[in-house]
Amino acid sequence: MNILNILDEIEKIDADVTERLSPRRKAIQALTGFGGKVALSALPFALGSMFKKAYGQTSNTSQIVDVLQFALKLEYLEAEFYSMGVSSTTVGIPTTAARAALTTIRDHENAHVNFLKTTISSLGATPVTKPNFDFTAHGTFPTVFTNYDTFLAVAQAFEDTGVRAYKGQAGNLLGSNAVLTAALNIHSVEARHASHLRQMRKARGANVKPWITSNDTGGIGSAVQAIYNGEELDTQANVKITGIGGLSISASAATEAFDEPLTKEQVLAIVTPFFA
Amino acid sequence: MKNFKQTEDVALPGNSDELMNARLQRRSFLKYAGAGAAGIALVAAGCKKDHDNDSGVRLGEGDVGILNYAYALEQLEAAFYTKVADTPNNGLSSAEAALFVDIRDHEIAHREFFKAALGSSAIGSLEVDFSSINFTSRDSILATAKAFEDLGVSAYNGAGRLIQNVNYLLLAGKIVSVEARHAALIRDLISNGTFADTSVVDSNGLDISRSPGQVLAIAKTYIKTEISLTGLPNY
Repeated sequence: MNILNILDEIEKIDADVTERLSPRRKAIQALTGFGGKVALSALPFALGSMFKKAYGQTSNTSQIVDVLQFALKLEYLEAEFYSMGVSSTTVGIPTTAARAALTTIRDHENAHVNFLKTTISSLGATPVTKPNFDFTAHGTFPTVFTNYDTFLAVAQAFEDTGVRAYKGQAGNLLGSNAVLTAALNIHSVEARHASHLRQMRKARGANVKPWITSNDTGGIGSAVQAIYNGEELDTQANVKITGIGGLSISASAATEAFDEPLTKEQVLAIVTPFFA
Repeated sequence: MKNFKQTEDVALPGNSDELMNARLQRRSFLKYAGAGAAGIALVAAGCKKDHDNDSGVRLGEGDVGILNYAYALEQLEAAFYTKVADTPNNGLSSAEAALFVDIRDHEIAHREFFKAALGSSAIGSLEVDFSSINFTSRDSILATAKAFEDLGVSAYNGAGRLIQNVNYLLLAGKIVSVEARHAALIRDLISNGTFADTSVVDSNGLDISRSPGQVLAIAKTYIKTEISLTGLPNY
């Protein structure tokens, strides 16, 4: 993320930002100009204090931080899950391709954790610390780290939850371009993960597609039903999608074509059993 | 008033029942989205600037422009997957072909949704140019599908910040994750494990986003109809 770009973007929605930040902006431009050798990793923090001084009185910053802290908790959950799974000797990851895919996903989740922590710090807040987890969900998935299929099922559940969780928070970031775009860019990566994990389960015999059909759990069952409830919606903005335009769009396709959001409360109800 | 006339032409359905439905759908949609008069005013404002001598279809200003932008991309995708499904010797396995039929129906659903939602503000049907695609080559089909899906993901990701109405933002979010599911599948069909490789995901674990101008510059290879950027929110 280029800091000068961020300032330019803010300028588009807040014409006064230059005045608010002017002296510091000049300083940063001087530092990052041609030949400038300042450590770029230090800049988010400098930027954070600038934002806090410029916008500290507005409630919007705290709303953004709330969203980011919530996202960070979910990313901690995913990052820890894949880290434990990939390093486990008991999960039984069967192929090098599967191991490579899970490692890729693990690395993305770790990157999301670091990115969110940096961004929260940049906004002048302290990132929440990593919670302790119980990936059996208090006994619901007792074989999560000893049965590969259970592991993949929980992985699918986490990714599909992540997609719905970010989607549900996007509206709270409206107007903060840089953070909204970053959140959207994480959101679609989670969807890519979900797609791949569903294909991994399909290859193991599960009756599942890369996309979510109605509120179907893909054979995982009632333990994850709450993650899929609401996905059966086939009317978008008062427009009925099944058979739309007089075309043969089935009810299944109509529900698959749109992923639905979850509220923060719904997400917390889903993930709380995974907190120790 | 070029734009206005064009949309009038498109929005005239075959019979009065359809016209009534289209009007009702549009009215309820605008009411749902809380746009109403504001959205119409934006289109009207767009018309006033039509004295410029640049050519091409105007997508409109504000959220209407972004919705038409999405409608244009969904038209492109739907046309592509429809042609794939209609080509008998496309080289896809039966399992792959079934997934492609699913994707076709998703894209048609997206296209028709935007058309219905935009009502009389919708642009017309775009003419596509698929001359660079070999529809009897699995490789060509998959490579094009990958390009379209990754482009679609980056387009929605990049358009989010330009949307003013929170309900439209949510709708874009509902669609982009489905496009990302498609993109991951297509990539894995080309080479298993490339669902989110470093060509689309950076070291922060972030997907690509592109501005409308960047996206349309790429998409125009496949769209004969010229699309004007005038009035469209961009950065």
